[in-house]
Amino acid sequence: MAIVDVKSEITGNVWKIVAEPGQSMEEDEPILILESMKMEIPVASPEDGVVTEILVNEGDVITEGTVVARIEA
Amino acid sequence: MKRLLVANRGEIARRIFRTARELGIETVAVHSQADAGAAHVAEADHAVAIGPASARESYLDAGRVLEAARSSGADAVHPGYGFLSENAEFAEAVMAAGLKWIGPAPDTLRDMGDKNRARALARAAGVPVVPGSDPLDLAAPVTIRAAGAEVGYPLLVKAAAGGGGIGMRRVDDPDKLVETVAATQSMAQKAFGDGTVFLERFVPKARHVEIQVFGFGNGEAVHLFERDCSLQRRFQKVIEESPAPNLPDAVRARMAEAAVALCREIRYSGAGTIEFIVDAHTHEAFFLEMNTRIQVEHPVTEMVTGRDLVAMQLALADGAPSVVDQASIATSGHAVECRLYAENPAKMFMPAPGTLSRFVLPEPHAGLRIDSGYREGDEVTPHYDPMLAKIIGRGADRAAARAAAAEALRGLQVEGIATNRDFLIACLEDPAFAAGDVHTGFIDENRKALLARIPTKGA
Repeated sequence: MAIVDVKSEITGNVWKIVAEPGQSMEEDEPILILESMKMEIPVASPEDGVVTEILVNEGDVITEGTVVARIEA
Repeated sequence: MKRLLVANRGEIARRIFRTARELGIETVAVHSQADAGAAHVAEADHAVAIGPASARESYLDAGRVLEAARSSGADAVHPGYGFLSENAEFAEAVMAAGLKWIGPAPDTLRDMGDKNRARALARAAGVPVVPGSDPLDLAAPVTIRAAGAEVGYPLLVKAAAGGGGIGMRRVDDPDKLVETVAATQSMAQKAFGDGTVFLERFVPKARHVEIQVFGFGNGEAVHLFERDCSLQRRFQKVIEESPAPNLPDAVRARMAEAAVALCREIRYSGAGTIEFIVDAHTHEAFFLEMNTRIQVEHPVTEMVTGRDLVAMQLALADGAPSVVDQASIATSGHAVECRLYAENPAKMFMPAPGTLSRFVLPEPHAGLRIDSGYREGDEVTPHYDPMLAKIIGRGADRAAARAAAAEALRGLQVEGIATNRDFLIACLEDPAFAAGDVHTGFIDENRKALLARIPTKGA
């Protein structure tokens, strides 16, 4: 088991957090949804695993490369 | 009119200022903190800060915009497009403050902003509408399924308060209808504070053709011909043109007549656009909605008609006897507009905010107009829409207009952020597009071929 960082590929606002710590995720399942330039951009789990931490809050402005969550995969 | 406040940002604020300057009207910009150094602010005679970056607390905050109008001594407000442009309460507040509102009457904004009422008004004016349902009641799934069967599949579940592609979902399978209605309703409740949803038939191979209209508020109205806006991605327009290619004259004339009839019926005042969905095979045209404002793609119409729509808006608001005779409006040649977006086609068109370290636009000429919201060195923030500029090519015919737009796109220098520039060129030069085989599924269907023609060096 390894802890995997989930990073945002873009700059934007955290619009909605859709997963919570302890939740099992499949690869490509959204953890949270960013809002950037009037578009909703999901940040998805990079692999199957369990969410260990959500590191941002709804409304936060984050930059490209920010670690938004960690999963145990 | 002596001093005009534009309650907007970016290219449309700059474009409205341009006409105001030509008419000797002073200009007032409003801006969020994120836009303090923006081009539209630098160009205005006066500028007022109205709040933080978030549009909700700045450009969408009617109270702050109105206060800016008062404090700056403006005597008129132009809302541009988006933001507060179709907000009836804002229009009323502007007029109650004794200022001129550059737009239609608040009741018109309300009627046309409610898709169900808009459809009813269109129908009453004899304009054909897409088969659709009444607002749905989630507590009665049986009636939802019956409404689905009556409208026919495939269909769209649409939020009454939505727009611009936000708040609509396609359903192909009747078994998925009830759950999709529930999901759309809950999303609409959260996003718009109004969970009203209804169904509408989806035309599989559809074109989006719209008529530019101008009403004089006295029951008189004219049209300024059509624009084809079929090239879209995720319901956002990418390329627009006029005239619409491969559309029989009789169809275009019928749509224009229907649009004018609707404007007369509602005594429309100012610039507006009546959108139709046109079946690419049968050329049946159905009313979609009316946009009660100046439209992003209005330069296409200005290029082929030689009219200045913003000048017409300002003259009407000023009470000038501006009634224009339909016979005096002519169209010549062809114009094609490309929307340059800060997005990365190679990464699923993901938005690409950043700093425009280099941004050099070609010089405009008779066959080229560029409306840009940004200058070299400007930051493109994630807070607002990704449109950087509109490149409008004009020529004696469609091929010449496409060539003019493509040449301008090749000539523009942009560094620091990813853009869809090469994707636009690929669209313009695509054989099917060149042949005028345009429809709303064009980009999705041809995505791979279009992306394959984009040069791979740097995005």
